[in-house]
Amino acid sequence: MKTDEIINHVSAIFKREIKAYFGSPVAYVFIAIFLLLIGFFTFNISHFFEMGQADLRAFFEWHPWLYMFLVPAVAMRLWAEELRMGTIELVLTFPITPGEVIFGKFLAAWAFIGVALALTFPMVITVMYLGEPDLGPIVSGYIGSFLMAGAFLSVGSMTSALTRSQVISFILSLFICLFFILAGFPPVTAILADWAPRWLIDIVSNLSFLSHFVSMQRGVLDLRDILYFCSVICFMLFANGIILQQRRA
Amino acid sequence: MIEVKNLSKSFGPKQAVNRISFRVQKGEILGFLGPNGAGKSTSMRMITGFIPPSDGTAVIGGHDILTAPVDARRKIGYLPENAPVYPDMTVYGYLDFCAQIRGFAGSERLQRVKETIERCFLTGVEHQTVNTLSKGFKQRVCFAQSILHDPEYLILDEPTDGLDPNQKHEVRLMIRKMSAEKAIILSTHILDEVDAVCTRAIIIANGSIVADDTPEKLRARSSVHGAVSVTLGAAAADAFTACARAVPGIRQIELLETSGEALKARVFPEDADPLVAERLVTALAAADFEVKSLFVEQGRLDDVFRAITTS
Repeated sequence: MKTDEIINHVSAIFKREIKAYFGSPVAYVFIAIFLLLIGFFTFNISHFFEMGQADLRAFFEWHPWLYMFLVPAVAMRLWAEELRMGTIELVLTFPITPGEVIFGKFLAAWAFIGVALALTFPMVITVMYLGEPDLGPIVSGYIGSFLMAGAFLSVGSMTSALTRSQVISFILSLFICLFFILAGFPPVTAILADWAPRWLIDIVSNLSFLSHFVSMQRGVLDLRDILYFCSVICFMLFANGIILQQRRA
Repeated sequence: MIEVKNLSKSFGPKQAVNRISFRVQKGEILGFLGPNGAGKSTSMRMITGFIPPSDGTAVIGGHDILTAPVDARRKIGYLPENAPVYPDMTVYGYLDFCAQIRGFAGSERLQRVKETIERCFLTGVEHQTVNTLSKGFKQRVCFAQSILHDPEYLILDEPTDGLDPNQKHEVRLMIRKMSAEKAIILSTHILDEVDAVCTRAIIIANGSIVADDTPEKLRARSSVHGAVSVTLGAAAADAFTACARAVPGIRQIELLETSGEALKARVFPEDADPLVAERLVTALAAADFEVKSLFVEQGRLDDVFRAITTS
């Protein structure tokens, strides 16, 4: 009975948010830009065709960088808009818990990004037409990419609750996402390697989305990586809840 | 019953609401009055659990808003100030969303939403998005949301704000009709509204309750309550004063206007004695004054309001 209620509440919020996404032109602009950019980077920068390899490494390696810009743009309206319009007052006085609202909103935005990601399917078709790729890394790459998008999104959702300005939310989230990427970016870790102790470098680079995504791109679905992304999501959404509570006090 | 106990809220050093306590029973419509910034909205937000109080609590139908917020909110219908409604949703879509959140499903949900649309005079705009609606309609959509689940307790923050006089009248009628089986708190700064709908009024100033009474008794606190206002045709002020002084039981005579055409005056009795007016009429008639109008002042709420909230 209790679970039914939670599912009902989350699904009501989820449906409303999904409709809000697809009801506005921003959604289609976002999807178009995402697909254009991912195509551009894969084919023109990474030279997908010239490499002559039947895998999607050239495609997946750009995901973190694209997500860094685009996911905060999806997430920025989640709470900032509610705060600005005052609709948050009604949502949080409905007989539902803030956790249900946070989760419902997060799921809707995640599903939206999932749709954008799923629309990259022509890449898979292309690579399958051109050669005989190993499907394992492709599947695990997609799973990893989706999980990573969720982690980026949770950061964006959290920063969105901090401010009623979507622009500030976007910039803040971009900044945090940049940290999460750079912490494991080889050029950055190389700088650290000169003076920092080994264990510190390990901690920092293990915090990064990149190091956990890289192995998934290679076809390794390690439980630790999945747990990592899930715990980032949980942590950020939890922080989101605390921020909302603090804002009201 | 809504029971508000020692509710307090401070924002930094500013004490927005200071230990207010009251109870509202079913059948009562409590008017929450006060100047802007007195703490009305803050109090309502605390009662509905939107903002946590610094101290004290509110118990709604036996559920403490702090320890059992979901159960308490289930029983509340809340209309926040400025009627915030998602602008990108249609009226029907929005109410359907609210109905789902409130746990209605299937044909019951459909029925509820349709019924509410009719009750709130929203027929005809139900498929329009909210951002295309005028302020009055928006207000009614938000009001519809608050009564959708037929709550036992209604908390309305300025429910008639932005409505035209006809719509105001309709909303007040609706509130009165619903009041039999509900406890209603409504905030307003329109004093006529208190007279029109409320069975009890609380005046709050600087975060504290300064008066808690029925509108009639509040009016009786007015300095002019029980005074007799007289308008005469052209008459000499001295002659009138002399005549009125002769009537027993009169404490004071105040001349309001003494132009050539008319003489307006207010006569204060020693105590609220309804017979003073009658004796005055008799005296004036006997002295051949032309009495154009004469009535006993009921006292005006805005005078009382001003006196209480500015002192």
